Amino acid sequence: MRLKSLIAGGILAAMASTAALPVFAEDSVYVPLFSYRTGPFAGSGIPIANGMSDYLTMLNERDGGINGVRIAIEECETGYDTQKGVECYEQVKAKNPLVISPYSTGITLQVIPKAGVDKIPVLSMAYGLSAAAVGNVFPWVFNPPATYWDGASAIVADIARREGGLESLKGKKIGYIYLDAGYGKEAIPLLEDFSRQYGFELTLYPVPGKEMQNQSSQWLNVRRDRPDYMIMWGWGAMNPTAVKEAVKIRYPMDKFYGVWWSGGNDDAAAGGEDAKGYRTLNFHGVGSDYPVIQDIKKYVVDAGKSQVDPAKFADNLYNRGVYNSMLIAEGIRRAQELTGKKVIDATDMRVGLENLNVDEARLKEMGMEGFAGTLKLSCADHSGHHQVYVVEWDGKDWQKSGDWFSPMTEVVRPMLEKAAEEYKAANAPWPERTEPCLSN
Amino acid sequence: MFYREAGQFKTSYAADQQVFPILQDRIGVAVILGVAIFVVPFVANDFFLSAIAIPFLILALATIGLNVLTGYAGQLSLGTGGFMGVGAYACYKLTTIFPDVPIVVHVLLSGFAAAGIGMIFGLPSLRIKGLYLAVTTLAAQFFLEWCFIRIPWLYNYNASGAIEVPGRDLFGTMVTGASAGSVPRYFTVLAIVILLTVLVKNLLRGRIGRQWMMIRDMDIAAELMGVRPLYAKLSAFAVSSYLCGVAGAMFVFFYLGAAEPSAFSITLSFQVLFMAILGGLGSLVGCFFGAAFIWALPIILRAGPPLIGIPIAAETAFHITSMIVGALIVAFLILEPHGLARLWQIGKEKLRVWPFPYA
Repeated sequence: MRLKSLIAGGILAAMASTAALPVFAEDSVYVPLFSYRTGPFAGSGIPIANGMSDYLTMLNERDGGINGVRIAIEECETGYDTQKGVECYEQVKAKNPLVISPYSTGITLQVIPKAGVDKIPVLSMAYGLSAAAVGNVFPWVFNPPATYWDGASAIVADIARREGGLESLKGKKIGYIYLDAGYGKEAIPLLEDFSRQYGFELTLYPVPGKEMQNQSSQWLNVRRDRPDYMIMWGWGAMNPTAVKEAVKIRYPMDKFYGVWWSGGNDDAAAGGEDAKGYRTLNFHGVGSDYPVIQDIKKYVVDAGKSQVDPAKFADNLYNRGVYNSMLIAEGIRRAQELTGKKVIDATDMRVGLENLNVDEARLKEMGMEGFAGTLKLSCADHSGHHQVYVVEWDGKDWQKSGDWFSPMTEVVRPMLEKAAEEYKAANAPWPERTEPCLSN
Repeated sequence: MFYREAGQFKTSYAADQQVFPILQDRIGVAVILGVAIFVVPFVANDFFLSAIAIPFLILALATIGLNVLTGYAGQLSLGTGGFMGVGAYACYKLTTIFPDVPIVVHVLLSGFAAAGIGMIFGLPSLRIKGLYLAVTTLAAQFFLEWCFIRIPWLYNYNASGAIEVPGRDLFGTMVTGASAGSVPRYFTVLAIVILLTVLVKNLLRGRIGRQWMMIRDMDIAAELMGVRPLYAKLSAFAVSSYLCGVAGAMFVFFYLGAAEPSAFSITLSFQVLFMAILGGLGSLVGCFFGAAFIWALPIILRAGPPLIGIPIAAETAFHITSMIVGALIVAFLILEPHGLARLWQIGKEKLRVWPFPYA
């Protein structure tokens, strides 16, 4: 009997839950954050989720939102699972989100075709489909400040700099160890192209998602092949394992590069002192010496409104979450400026993101001077191909190594355009861009 | 009272052999179909259709597929996710090679690819049974998943390694791809699920289904009575994989919209197995109960607390959901090992004598 009433209750609850959706205040905008604080990728997921939500919370606490419009923040737990991500997408779609920040390449790939139809902008900060940088083909997708292909080209550029020019890459051996999923595969076409162009040999070491914590066979191969440089496209539990294994086979750590997603503090710390020299790309500041981070500390962390572990406050990935939310907030602000509306909708948000212009003055105003480079997006360019820099692990923390430098944009951009055309052809009929280009 | 059969006489063989011999069942099924066809698509919102109704129907079909094999033919399988994947990848290949053929035809054809693979992996069932067979199907699961990752031809050498569903229309309405609305997708899925459920129901009532059940109940006795295990077991594998393949194709084409190989991981196999066990092995209606229970419960648990004013963080809800679903499955199997279908049966028997608890 009890079981039956339980089932009946469940059915009632189901009906109620689909009928009633939370109502947000009139002068607020709804920003869902896809996060994963659970699952095998939680190690990288938690700091970013904290950074993302803390920055927006700080804006609400300090300024009462953006120009008086509060941000209604809601997390949707995806567990880095594409299926759950699609579910989250459907769930938040009903509540008129301003922007979707899928925070997973797999989920991004799934929502890209939907976004244009549902008219919801997708912000995939430095992840997702590289070709989405071509705004004329993907008007609803944004991947600032740099694409994966920019990242891969930046690593190759840095290697070339150390070797004395791109010509010296000839005959070198570069290993690529990657998470065997959409995310890790994203950079392969570019690296293959580069290896033909510059004459280096590329060896691939895929790490299946299930085997992330057991990479001994891949590293055995690395030991056998002795590549001159290693590039890693890892995420979650894969990163600390790779760093540990690299230390174990005594791979020269200063020749081991990670993309920006392989640069969590916990990732490198797994190798301890021996991981000294491990390098990853970065596009924002590390540590808490920035006014904006201090504000977050004051208004959010010290006020007990954050989930962050104080010891991990302002670490590399946390700051990346802050950067991600800054892009969202600046998109909203820009949209308000351009439309004159206070409470904007998703179509306005798209225009805002497309005309995003974070210059030095604005960075200073936000307390982000030196935290990030300037960023300007346009209708054709949804990525910005931002400059990056290399950070090096000193055994305890990340240290900036060398200056900001540009990815090989002039080589990458035509390849992106070509890839966008290919995507368009493979997904025919792909809708032509109808959104007018607002120039200012 | 509600289920009293007094006065319902059968005067012909046809009347005796119909699918639903009881009038109340016929009315009930008609009402459910009526609601599913005429009410749900017009009343429900986008979220209900896309995130609950469509995956529920698809998973119910996959559960029927597994139930044919495990519930009716007694062959334990853990390879459901892999077979669903075969269907999905086959459908993707078919529709990219023959873009002009209606997508529903491809979906139905892709099941045959899964059936073929299923039969190959069903061959060991002639020699081994029970847990040992479960392990060989588990091998199928891993092998197939490996294929989805490692054979680039399957995903058309796509850089991301995922299959992306192109837009296809049916009678001028988009049913797949991003521009397809939830209502056309719902109708397509519903039509396929109804069609295949009716087919399976009739298959189960007939010679083939009875052979499966004989094999399940006692294979040696069945063999002595003239059932050929080779045909019975392999046909069960074929039909089961066919249904799983169709479900997998629909899962990608009408629900996910794009899929990475991880979408067909062992997790999906387990999910479908839970649905089959919880719904009730050897029962068609149980498949629908099980799918509804396992699919909808986490969504309800996640959406429920905030509705009644208990704010919980997204990941807390996630942890709680895992715990509650796990606990409920254990509790359920202790209280009613025959699943939800058995509960429904008990309910029916009680309704028959209602309002008197005895008789």
